[in-house]
Amino acid sequence: MGSKTLDKIKKGTYFTIEKLPSGIVKVQLIRLGLSEGDTIFCLERLPGGTIIVQKNRQEIAIGFELAKLISVRIKII
Amino acid sequence: MKDIIEHKEHHLHLDNILSEGTKNGLPKIVLAGNPNVGKSLFFNYLSGTYVDVSNFPGTTVSITKALYKNSEVYDTPGVYGVSSFNDEEKVARDIILEADIVINIVNALHLERDLFLTLQLIDMGKKISVFLNFNDELKKRKILIDPKKLSELLGVPVYEASAVKKMGFEKLDEAIADAKVGIQPDALHHVLHETLNRVGSQAEALLIIEGDEIIAERHSVPCGSGDEREIIYIERRNRVNEIVSTVEREDSSRGLFFNALGKYSLNPVTGIPILLVMLTVLYFFIGDFVSQRVVNFTEKTIGKKYFEYYLKSYVANYTPSEISVIIKDEEDPAKRLRVYSFKENLNEDQKVKQEFKHVSRDENAVVDFKFSNLIAKLLFGEFGIISMTITYLLFLLLPLVAAFYFAMALMEDSGYLPRLATMLDRMMNRIGLNGRAVIPIMLGFGCVTMATITTRLLGSEREKTIATAILMYVIPCSAQLAVIAVLLSGAGFLPILIYVSVIFSTLVVISTTLNKFLPGQSTPLLIDLPIMRLPKLDNAFKKTFFRTYGFMKEASVWFFVGALFVGLLDVTGLLVLFQDILAPITTHWLKLPKEAATAFVMGVVRRDFGAAGLFGLHLMPMQITVALITITLFVPCIAAFIIMIKERGMKEGLIIWFSAWIFAFLIGGIVAQIII
Ligand SMILES: Nc1nc2c(ncn2[C@@H]2O[C@H](COP(=O)(O)OP(=O)(O)O)[C@@H](O)[C@H]2O)c(=O)[nH]1
Ligand SMILES: [Mg+2]
Repeated sequence: MGSKTLDKIKKGTYFTIEKLPSGIVKVQLIRLGLSEGDTIFCLERLPGGTIIVQKNRQEIAIGFELAKLISVRIKII
Repeated sequence: MKDIIEHKEHHLHLDNILSEGTKNGLPKIVLAGNPNVGKSLFFNYLSGTYVDVSNFPGTTVSITKALYKNSEVYDTPGVYGVSSFNDEEKVARDIILEADIVINIVNALHLERDLFLTLQLIDMGKKISVFLNFNDELKKRKILIDPKKLSELLGVPVYEASAVKKMGFEKLDEAIADAKVGIQPDALHHVLHETLNRVGSQAEALLIIEGDEIIAERHSVPCGSGDEREIIYIERRNRVNEIVSTVEREDSSRGLFFNALGKYSLNPVTGIPILLVMLTVLYFFIGDFVSQRVVNFTEKTIGKKYFEYYLKSYVANYTPSEISVIIKDEEDPAKRLRVYSFKENLNEDQKVKQEFKHVSRDENAVVDFKFSNLIAKLLFGEFGIISMTITYLLFLLLPLVAAFYFAMALMEDSGYLPRLATMLDRMMNRIGLNGRAVIPIMLGFGCVTMATITTRLLGSEREKTIATAILMYVIPCSAQLAVIAVLLSGAGFLPILIYVSVIFSTLVVISTTLNKFLPGQSTPLLIDLPIMRLPKLDNAFKKTFFRTYGFMKEASVWFFVGALFVGLLDVTGLLVLFQDILAPITTHWLKLPKEAATAFVMGVVRRDFGAAGLFGLHLMPMQITVALITITLFVPCIAAFIIMIKERGMKEGLIIWFSAWIFAFLIGGIVAQIII
């Protein structure tokens, strides 16, 4: 599967983070537990594009503008 | 409110507190952890005092200090790591740097997230002990964490706790005594070596390598690059993941009801109905039950009929008065109005007195006292500093403010607010904010002043400006809301509709305009969602009590000041003069009786106080609508104004303040021209 950005991911899919945007936001994502190479689950996609992802038990909401900057690869399980 | 201002002072003068602490030489114990992990509950236990306990990020924007045995304990804002990305973090960072012992509270449900801070604290070389809080939830979810194993891996003491159940607090003394410097990765010293030699503190050296410019500047050494920080963070993240996979085991992941509710509140199909149900319940609770039934009883019966009546007739024993009694009696119009005039005092004519007493105690009687003596008028008259203020404060404001804070406490505690923030994120994007701004705006409905302080948790200056502007222009605080709710719900459905749509459109227009013209970029949403659960009633009651108390304590002063101010204007005749000057605007443009101008004069002192001034005016429903729109858009109270100047600077503050005058009269007038 080719890579996409997080805003294009469908609800209910597992994906791997390929690249995070650099800068402070990257550091914030790493602290919350999202780093490159992690496998994450897309829990919900709200109309307009706000994404809610889940890693283990932690749910994290990511705004559309940020989701567009995160490259991911869909994982087939 | 006042406490928060005080905390802010602490924040501003943090350096002072810190050096003071060193002077008296007491060891410093700092409670640190991610947002919503239970730090404040631990702090409450240690200090024996109360600080707000909430289930949404950004509540502790300030530091609270207390004495515990022979040391000082500090509660800190929740942070995901020690650094300087925003104001909360800066506050937390400085206090952690000064700490002798750090008690790290960890949410055991989210080890992966929370241990990141733990490892950073260890890398800083701090002496720490870890509390694995939320043990109760862990058990419910059948998740097993091995505290011994974790303690071995970290090299520091680890205790299990459940702060809401008061379990684990008994271990605090031991935790403080046994706190240790944990196990640091071998490579770290190599990385730190050079900087450490120059700054002398491992904690500060680490932060400098991690790119903290402020600390680097303090020691005038070069600051680490973003790349170095990334390498350290990724390495630390990997260590965390490794530790978690060793110590944690999940037996089953059976769905819990509140988990499901959490999910449904985010799904748009179910989330919007849930939001609507919440709003409806809220409306019936505050808008209908409390502001109609409860307040009707407390204000009209207890306040007017008993308290003011007895107070004023007691005063009439000593001073001349003219008392009119109106009896609402359909059958006998002749009985309707009586006026009793006492030239000396109530006792000059026992017969008249008896008759007055008898008539005025009729169930349908409305009694109005007029005192000619200036002092009596100032204290007990229509705007009487004592009579009116006490009725408004105790019998009108108190029930409403308490109801509001109670509803707010339930919402906070349930974990619903961050989900609401997520749901509304896209909508907020349109006005240049992200979902997080829901929190200051919701808080604004409680107290605009308090909410203005929490705009600090927003990610950029432009977001802070937009949110502050919204708070100052369109959000009525609970006290004002109280009056608005009472007046509007009496006025009917159409006025409510007009009021809400005008205020809402103003909000949209102002914020989209600001969004368009303010330079810079807003930050996207990035927020972690706490678990959804049944709110704890005792916590909600406690919080309601303390917040209401704090609010009333602060509000009362301004109420008395405002009443004195207006009372003086009244007895000196300046009020009439002012009304006359504003009369063309009030009567022609806003189409209100000219006395409505009083409400604006009072509104400068306190918003709600302004709205309260509309009470005695006997307005038509559409006039009520116009008056309320104007008063809502009008300037914020003095306290909010002062905080705004502090937070946003003199220039921006004044621009917002003066433009509120213009918006209020402009929009209020336009609506008046259309609907009246
Ligand atoms: N179930 C459960 N809830 C807890 C526990 N500790 C804290 N809470 C709740 O978590 C929320 C955050 O608590 P608070 O003390 O304000 O955390 P702080 O933000 O770290 O100061 C509150 O709603 C608490 O009632 C616990 O051990 N178990
Ligand atoms: Mg707290």
